[in-house]
Amino acid sequence: MPWNEPGGGKDPWSQKPTNQQGPPDLDELLRKLTDRFGGLFGGKSGGSGGSGSSGGSAGKGMSIGALLIGAVVLVVWLASGIYIVEPGEAGVELRFGAFHSTTGPGPHWHIPYPVETVEIVNVTEIRSAQHNATMLTQDENIVDVELAAQYLVNQPEDYVFQVRLPDATLRQVMESALREVVGKSKMDYILAEGRADIAQRTMMIMQQTLDNYHTGLQVTTVNMQQAQPPEQVQDAFNDAIKAREDEVRYRNQAEAYANGIIPQARGEAARVGQEADAYRDRVVAQSEGRAARFTKLLTEYTKAPQVTRERLYLDAIESVMADTSKVMVDVKGGNNLLYLPLDRLMSAGAMGSAVGGAPRAGDPAQGAVSGGSNRPGRTTLREGR
Amino acid sequence: MNFKRYGVLAVILGIVLLLSVYTVDQREKGLLLRLGEIQNANIGPGLHFKIPLINNVLLFDARILTLDAQPESFLTSEKKNVTVDFFVKWRILDTAQYYRSTRGQERNAMARLAQIIKDRLRNEFGKRTIQQAVSGERGEIMEILQDSANTVARDLGIEVVDVRISRIDLPDKVSASVYERMRSERERVAREFRARGMESAERIRATADRERTVILANAYRDSELIRGEGDAKSAEIYADAYNANPEFYSFTRSLNAYTSTFNDASDMLVLEPDSDFFRYFNSLSGGTPAP
Repeated sequence: MPWNEPGGGKDPWSQKPTNQQGPPDLDELLRKLTDRFGGLFGGKSGGSGGSGSSGGSAGKGMSIGALLIGAVVLVVWLASGIYIVEPGEAGVELRFGAFHSTTGPGPHWHIPYPVETVEIVNVTEIRSAQHNATMLTQDENIVDVELAAQYLVNQPEDYVFQVRLPDATLRQVMESALREVVGKSKMDYILAEGRADIAQRTMMIMQQTLDNYHTGLQVTTVNMQQAQPPEQVQDAFNDAIKAREDEVRYRNQAEAYANGIIPQARGEAARVGQEADAYRDRVVAQSEGRAARFTKLLTEYTKAPQVTRERLYLDAIESVMADTSKVMVDVKGGNNLLYLPLDRLMSAGAMGSAVGGAPRAGDPAQGAVSGGSNRPGRTTLREGR
Repeated sequence: MNFKRYGVLAVILGIVLLLSVYTVDQREKGLLLRLGEIQNANIGPGLHFKIPLINNVLLFDARILTLDAQPESFLTSEKKNVTVDFFVKWRILDTAQYYRSTRGQERNAMARLAQIIKDRLRNEFGKRTIQQAVSGERGEIMEILQDSANTVARDLGIEVVDVRISRIDLPDKVSASVYERMRSERERVAREFRARGMESAERIRATADRERTVILANAYRDSELIRGEGDAKSAEIYADAYNANPEFYSFTRSLNAYTSTFNDASDMLVLEPDSDFFRYFNSLSGGTPAP
């Protein structure tokens, strides 16, 4: 001991550091420091008269001042060893650079710098990395893939000590693993059903590689954010998808057509059948009616054939004569060149002008005809000589 | 003064002590030199002593380090250029050897590693097609690279932990033709889809048309049959009735036909008055009755 301290019992640093882990150089350093400070202070206090000293002796004033300064420095130095590990974090303590211990959440104290240092690592924070690039597939196509990985630190010591730039390493490994997996897969598989599988396989390769490097990182999830054909061929791919829809659309349209015409045809068939039925029923009914009528008439006819025959005949001819235009040519033989202005007659007949007047009252046929032949306005033309 | 002399002595002692201790971090490896000669090549983490001015300490990173090479292009066996990017994970193993061969410069170690791996890559790619390199034998190539890297690693005092190919890309010009091929492939697929759609649409339409034709034809056949039935039935009825007096039937039927055919004023009859109808027209007695 270079000097005797008055308050040796109170002094923490004379005992503590040496007892706990006792690096001798530290003691020396501190002593040297206090020594210098004490020298400075002593010179000053001697000049000003020593406000804090009661006895007035220079040596004593210097030693008390040095003690005070020393105590303050010591307390500050010791306090600098206090650190708090938040929940979800881990503290990695190093003593003289060598790994000493890992501390959990809560307040802790380490022997201050330069003996011990602490590095705090967040072990629950989910970190993420993303990779987006175009890459070659097994069938020598190019796809545009975006992958996102979530990971966390599960071995804080490894994370701190084993690899330089562990997070950058993870990104490198992710790119490499993704390209390896994509390179071993076919494009159609990557773009469609293979997404989850590719993410899974990428994750496995990543984890294996990271474990191999002892990065202390744990990959929790890997997601394929997107997998699509590159921009340059996007439209062709979209068109192919549209074509698939078109295929279905064409078929649906044809089915709609089929569904439209077949029931219609069935309806038409039903109509044709009904019409045929109607025809059959009609002709049968008609024939029955006519046959019945004929039979009835025949019965009466057989009772008085002569008269009935005559009457029927005259009725019919009268009806014909009454309704039509007529020209009577009452010339026998002789001159065959007879001029009939038929066109004029016909148009006159069509006009229906009453020219001839009432038929002759003495027409012997009139009585025999029952159907009322006397129709006024009917033209009766007679051309004779 | 005794007191002062002690103080000076303590200061000198302190300085000497400071100069004779050093720490090695957990992440480092120390190499202790004595006047330029290697005294201890394997100093672990912690507090260590040395003799000031005589001993000298060199610290090397003990962690896994990364060599991330610049992408370079290589020719494959089908004479296609591919751009390959790789990285190497390595670590300093033998500090003495490392110090001797690289003067402790990471740059030197990496340059030599990159050189050997690129040579090997050129070799391996020259033996393979793009497809083999990209998919089939990627892992194999990486293993070969690691093996060959490890042969120089011993000379360098390092250990190659891993060699990974991160990227195998086609140059832009080739990419353009790949895009062209992908595009034409998609067009083929699209055309096939559409053609297939049209095919099945046509098939469905034709089937429907056939069905319609068949339905209508069947309906026609059935209807004709039914009409025939009706005709037959009515013929039978007529025959039954008219057979009772065929002569009378033809008489009445003729009269009906006359009335129904000549029933319009525009029908012009040019007559000679010598039929039965005109029996009394020119003769009061009417002559003989009609046959």
